[in-house]
Amino acid sequence: MGFLSRRVIDRWKRILWGFTGEGILFKLIIYFLLTLVGFVYLYPLFYMVSYSFMDTDDLIDPLVNLLPTSLYLDNFVRAAAVMDFGRTLMQTVLVSFLPAALQTVSAALIGYGFARFRFPLKPVLFALVLATFIIPPQITMIPQFLMFQELGLLGSIFAYLIPAFFGQGLKSGLFILIFYQFFRSIPKALEEAAQIDGAGSYRIFAVISVPMAVPAFIISFLFSMVWYWNETTLAALYLGDQLRTLPLQLQQFAAAYQKLYPVAPNSKTGRSLNEAINMAGTFLNMIPLLIVYFVAQRWFVESVERSGITGE
Amino acid sequence: MRLSHRWREALTGLSFISIWVVGFLIFTLLPLLRTFMFSLNEVRITAEGIRTQYIGWDNYRAALLMDVQFGDILVQYAMETLVTVPIIVVFALMMALLLNAKVRGKGVFRTIYFLPVVITSGPVIKQLIDQGATTLPGIEDVIELSLLEQMLPGLLADMVTYLLGSFITILWFSGVQMLIFLAGLQKLDASIYEAASIDGASRWETFWKLTLPMMNPMIVVNLVYTVITQSVFALNPVIDYVQKAMYDPALGMGYSAALAWLYFAVMLIMLGLFVLLVRQRNR
Repeated sequence: MGFLSRRVIDRWKRILWGFTGEGILFKLIIYFLLTLVGFVYLYPLFYMVSYSFMDTDDLIDPLVNLLPTSLYLDNFVRAAAVMDFGRTLMQTVLVSFLPAALQTVSAALIGYGFARFRFPLKPVLFALVLATFIIPPQITMIPQFLMFQELGLLGSIFAYLIPAFFGQGLKSGLFILIFYQFFRSIPKALEEAAQIDGAGSYRIFAVISVPMAVPAFIISFLFSMVWYWNETTLAALYLGDQLRTLPLQLQQFAAAYQKLYPVAPNSKTGRSLNEAINMAGTFLNMIPLLIVYFVAQRWFVESVERSGITGE
Repeated sequence: MRLSHRWREALTGLSFISIWVVGFLIFTLLPLLRTFMFSLNEVRITAEGIRTQYIGWDNYRAALLMDVQFGDILVQYAMETLVTVPIIVVFALMMALLLNAKVRGKGVFRTIYFLPVVITSGPVIKQLIDQGATTLPGIEDVIELSLLEQMLPGLLADMVTYLLGSFITILWFSGVQMLIFLAGLQKLDASIYEAASIDGASRWETFWKLTLPMMNPMIVVNLVYTVITQSVFALNPVIDYVQKAMYDPALGMGYSAALAWLYFAVMLIMLGLFVLLVRQRNR
């Protein structure tokens, strides 16, 4: 019985499982689960990329399942033409970068005001800031639409910029909260020293506080940019046909395709819209954000810890 | 002198937030009041401008009692939210626990799990769903759906079918929540766990008695965040309906405004429900 003595079993148990779960078996289980879930996460993207390279034969062939037999690029050529890719990309960059920058700056000012100064009604006002995050844009968009219409701002980027400047842009409450938490977490000492030296509050904010809040600026700008980029409801309403964003073009992909490549009845040359072209369009639409994500990945993934949004 | 210092601080503070106060009045409060006024009127857009005629609560009455389609999608939205939100939050917590374990290569997994947050827009999700990219192949083979529908009562079967059909899109909406839980887990004090394990508590016990209670604030934050993101997402059928009503001359903006308020009310009720449940459990 020496071979299976208690001590041996205990030793193996320890190696595989560990005292507090740091053993080999435990780690293997964790890796297995992480990989499995990772696969499920990425599956739609694999599907999209793979289908976007398929030609019509691959699509029809029941033997071709997930991998195309050759890299067929015509789907991308057509999808790019349908979405007017170059021009749309420039416009999308414009209507996401500018409002994001403005929203970040105003959120910093507002967040700083709430974090550093005492003034009457502060708790009420701050509660209202948080409440704006809960109010769905759908409930304010009709009067806003009419307001912009009266001011002649529909179809121009100002319909995005003006609310962003006044701290009422997309999810502005969240960004104000990020800056509020961030400014509260940095020590006051430097600012107080500057105050004794006679610097005014605005100067202190610009020269001392802003440089210390660089992470909060980067995080806010990135998220704001991504959310403005992906916004379709307000974009369709405020920007209309004058400024087309990539997601809006993707929304009307099928209709635009038929317009650009009409299929004459009985013709054999015309190629109708198929899932490969759809997936190529979706992929094209996603590429700029994928690039942004992989370049700035650290800032996205570490955003919650760095901005201290969860509080202490 | 002291009073003047206080006044000066208050004025400086207010000057920093003044843009927000102005913006809130013009772009949030005024529109809110206007939508509410609209919802009590019949609103017609004519060549001369907007014509309104006061009709009291008729729009609300019509939406709740006569509009079968709106009632259906509102109930469906409420049911789906009540099912999906807890699933997203529990899933995010489980993934955060896995990512918090001491294993190498966590960064890669975190990057994968957070990716959808960046690329998710209404049209992208719609395209992926329409092309069948969001259902894993073979899932129907593993679980016989028709059998399921026979065994379970109607509503429950619908829910299970809904979940199986859309679980990738559920996962895709849990990235931010996962990070919030992870940040919370990393702040937990290791010494409490050491003390617990010396006292002979198993991992299972420490999770229920230590981790979960300490995660409570994050659970509330995540429930609220999830309800909001699910409710304002562009593919939400209710939003679609509210918008269509806005352009529909037969229904009009007044009716659409009433729908928007009803929708907001249902969302608030659900928010309150979730927060209350979590608070209750804690007592």
